[in-house]
Amino acid sequence: MSGTRLVDESLFFDPPGTPPDGVRLAGGECGGCATTTFPAQDSCPRCGAVGMERVPLPREGRLWAFTVQNFEPKPPYRSSGPFVPYGVGYVDLGPVLVESRLTENDPARLRTGQAMRLCLVPVFTDEDGVQVLTYAFGRVDEGER
Amino acid sequence: MSVDGVAVVGVGIHRFGRIEGVSGRGMGAHAVREALADAGLAWEDVQCAFGGSYSSGDADSLVSDLGLTGVPFVNVANGCGTGGSALLAARNAILSGQCDTAVAVGFDKHPPGAFNEDPANLGLGAWYGQTGMMLTTQFFAMKIQRYMSEYGISHATLSRVAAKAFRNGSLNPYAWRRTPLSVEQIAAAPMINYPLTQYMFCSPGEGAVALVLTRADRAGEFPAPPVYLRAVEFRSRRFGSFEVYSPWLSPQRAEGPTVEAARAAFEAAGIGPEEIDVAQVQDTESGAEIMHMAETGLCAHGEQEQLIAQGATEIGGRLPVNTDGGVLANGEPIGASGLRQVHEVVLQLRGSAGRRQVPSGPRTGFTHVYGAPGISVCTVLSR
Ligand SMILES: [Zn+2]
Repeated sequence: MSGTRLVDESLFFDPPGTPPDGVRLAGGECGGCATTTFPAQDSCPRCGAVGMERVPLPREGRLWAFTVQNFEPKPPYRSSGPFVPYGVGYVDLGPVLVESRLTENDPARLRTGQAMRLCLVPVFTDEDGVQVLTYAFGRVDEGER
Repeated sequence: MSVDGVAVVGVGIHRFGRIEGVSGRGMGAHAVREALADAGLAWEDVQCAFGGSYSSGDADSLVSDLGLTGVPFVNVANGCGTGGSALLAARNAILSGQCDTAVAVGFDKHPPGAFNEDPANLGLGAWYGQTGMMLTTQFFAMKIQRYMSEYGISHATLSRVAAKAFRNGSLNPYAWRRTPLSVEQIAAAPMINYPLTQYMFCSPGEGAVALVLTRADRAGEFPAPPVYLRAVEFRSRRFGSFEVYSPWLSPQRAEGPTVEAARAAFEAAGIGPEEIDVAQVQDTESGAEIMHMAETGLCAHGEQEQLIAQGATEIGGRLPVNTDGGVLANGEPIGASGLRQVHEVVLQLRGSAGRRQVPSGPRTGFTHVYGAPGISVCTVLSR
């Protein structure tokens, strides 16, 4: 995987270098109340229990809410090249709803309840030329076309 | 009104907008002087003060402009809830017997453009900001997108709310945006965050508001007709509520802080939402006004579509909402925003709101602020 890195390795369950179609997000699961967080965290925001378990999250879910970012945000947002509007949404993965970039940026092609699948997308390039990847969700029907 | 109540006997405002040559602190001092003049008091009569600003320095430093009287002046910081927290503290100081007369003040002067918050301040990783998710506008857009699909709210209703805000702002000499815009102009403006266009969002701005409060049993001694603060309630989020800056949500939904703060305020006041004659609700964007109307209990979920189409929330309607133009027309100087709502309701209940006066002689009013990271302050006021 030379030339690319993950924006934050702690977001992902599988080690860097895992093929993109096998990457899973890492959640935190509480042994006490079964609450699942994303990203994983040490203590449970619901019951206060310490020592949550790192678990892989499902790669597929349903779109719960969405918008499109049509203007370029100020820092700490980082970008490379001209701004392209991007989708943002919550995807219901079952144990947890995850906020995510969406690969689709046309609201007419998005609807609540739509099936979505995890992927990796480039977001910006470091000064040394390394391309930085983050997680995103794309429409399942799109991926199968 | 019993002795244990609190009344607002003075209100002061520095006009909102972008004002060259006046600092945020300068606006704060101006608002305090105006409020004192309204109450017929001098600064040395003030026994307690509470105030806050997000980006214009420490409120307690106003003593060097207003007078070094030895007054205990407590700084308050709760983001968009700052004004509400100052009001709550002032009310409690009077109820506890600490003082008879207190001032609550909020002021701010923000640079143009959306706020850019450091994720670390909220316990979030740097990736959240770097990948472009650290934006309050996205939260409001997603919340209303979901709400529209759940409750059948149309895009036209979003435009109507913004058009009302600018129409009301045009009647308010203290408002920032005083040019009416048509529903068509608002709908056709550039999309910022779907489904919200440029004119459906507020902007960070400048302004200041101060209130003078005193014991209800002394309220008759002041020049202006007293307005009683029947309740002020503050709540933060609980597990499961959908809030700004949330990288994840629980599948288990909980009521938000707005629902809880509003319910508590109506209960404490002994006045129900159906008895409210004029309301100010947080309209960070036009969808927020729609959702907050129902979350506060002023109407049922989904009912907004009809109410707004029929003009019920206009100044002459059955339930006038954001009669001074709200945050959309006034901008959002964070420290001042919540107190501006109370200022407006006080003027409406006195019958002195000028060209934007609700014609039916309102007797009861309600205010609601919502802010990051999931807090709400609500008040109920009455003549
Ligand atoms: Zn737990």
